[in-house]
Amino acid sequence: MKIKGKAWNYGDNINTDFMLPGKYLELTDNKELAKHAMEGIDPTFAKKVQKGDIIVGGKNMGLGSSREHAPLALLHSGVGAVVAESFARIFYRNSFNVGLAAIECPGISKVKTGDEVEIDTIAGTITINSKEKLAIKPLPDFMVQLLNEGGLVPYLKTHMKEW
Amino acid sequence: MSQTVSQKILAEHAGLKSIEPGEIVKANIDIAMAPDLTAVIAYQAMKEMGVKKVWDKSKVVFLNDHIAPATNIQNATLHKQCREIAKEEDFTFFYDINAGVCHQVLPEKGHVWPGMLLVGADSHTCTHGAFGAFATGVGSTDMGAALATGKLWFKVPETIRVEVNGVLPKWVAPKDVVLKSAKEIGADGATYMAIEYGGEAIRSMSMAGRMTICNMAIEMGGKTGIVEPDRITDTFLKGRVRNKYKIIKSDPNAEYAKRLDIDASALEPQVACPHAVDNVKDVTKVVGTKVDQVFIGSCTNGRLEDLEEAAKILKGKRISRDVRLMVTPSSFEVYDAANAMGIIKVFMDAGGVVCNPSCGACFGGNNGVIAPGEVSLSTSNRNFRGRQGSTEGYVYLCSPATAAASALAGVISDPREVK
Repeated sequence: MKIKGKAWNYGDNINTDFMLPGKYLELTDNKELAKHAMEGIDPTFAKKVQKGDIIVGGKNMGLGSSREHAPLALLHSGVGAVVAESFARIFYRNSFNVGLAAIECPGISKVKTGDEVEIDTIAGTITINSKEKLAIKPLPDFMVQLLNEGGLVPYLKTHMKEW
Repeated sequence: MSQTVSQKILAEHAGLKSIEPGEIVKANIDIAMAPDLTAVIAYQAMKEMGVKKVWDKSKVVFLNDHIAPATNIQNATLHKQCREIAKEEDFTFFYDINAGVCHQVLPEKGHVWPGMLLVGADSHTCTHGAFGAFATGVGSTDMGAALATGKLWFKVPETIRVEVNGVLPKWVAPKDVVLKSAKEIGADGATYMAIEYGGEAIRSMSMAGRMTICNMAIEMGGKTGIVEPDRITDTFLKGRVRNKYKIIKSDPNAEYAKRLDIDASALEPQVACPHAVDNVKDVTKVVGTKVDQVFIGSCTNGRLEDLEEAAKILKGKRISRDVRLMVTPSSFEVYDAANAMGIIKVFMDAGGVVCNPSCGACFGGNNGVIAPGEVSLSTSNRNFRGRQGSTEGYVYLCSPATAAASALAGVISDPREVK
């Protein structure tokens, strides 16, 4: 899988309240959620983001609540992937479950907002501004399968018997 | 092979003799809990998976608690959908807005017991580790899979062992213990790990205190907090839990990824400062900071013992007129008991606003949000920027005693200094 887009770097400890503030948890329409993506840290993000853009962070990306609204808001705002030095556990699982790639990549936090980032999950690399290459941590097989099948719902639709 | 209590519980639920940290196992779930804001999405996910009914209607618990009662048409609709699902599925248990906060209601109503595997569509599900359960928060799609099949995959966690020895001084609380461990472990120091609390200070602690401590495991990235069960656990559960349970403990020579020692006797009241849960200082370092709103409640600190501590400080006094005091008992059982003991009147006489049980104030939902520039001092579990309303607000976290002392003075105060 290849994902290419512009980076938005928000640093360490990007929590789920930043990605989707609590007051919007009652929303159930993905398009509505998308309008508030990253609003807690960048109120104009949803207007600026282009399809395929990549959220970049430092350590502990996605800490906080179990709200799946957070990766859903990002995914439906057009975000192509989330890349960080490290992830909080529930957000990591939720991202793959909704079909959003969450990729651990040591060294990624130096990427600046506006840099062009190309992820190649098969080669296991991230290329920054068509020059520098970083190695990503290999994705577990199950996560790759989830991404290829579009998340846990479509996965279980076809694999219910093996579950 | 020696194992931690977390390994043993997961192994048993996966039908295996023993398992190693890092291994991925599929395990059978005893109880799947989902509150209003995530339950409907989870149920829809289950339907989209092609499954018509939940795997076991006696093992699913839905609650309307996060914004209760409804404050607008959108969340009123979510509540209505939860009620409809519960009725259509004929759930054995369903708790509407007159029960309380999920993590208080579950143990009160007998849905938590030692050795069980519990998943909840709320990150603070780790609270139930206080009963020696393996309890962890999941997202809505994982919950959908759990509802559909009664199974989920788990990565077996490593464990951090926190030994808390000594005796907590007067006005120093279990909340101060967990804030201190957040300071030492850090906001990501326990990612994908279980945090097992032991030592004499934990052994002599009430279930309320143990729940406060396990509740905040997630704030260090933890998958669950866990305390080995004992007589205090049994006493709480007696008359509540309907099924038999087995006491599971860690082997004496179990392997831990890390150990941390906390001397309870030397501990001061702690305060987590904006905007990170691990930005923790001794109360004496932040005394005098002006506050606009004080919140006593939440799944962290809204239990009877918490309200009692706060009421001891507030009794016969008035809060500062520059402060709003919001008190939210965690459940109707707590509310009722506090009322019978005269504690609710203490809060009212002091000038506090006593709200019905709901999660709202903790996450900026209802029952008291803060305006730009305002400071909240809260007994809840998160102080992220914007957590309790305005992104230009500031949230500090503390114990109920520190909250009460500060409400009197209008500035952050040391509960040990109240006359």
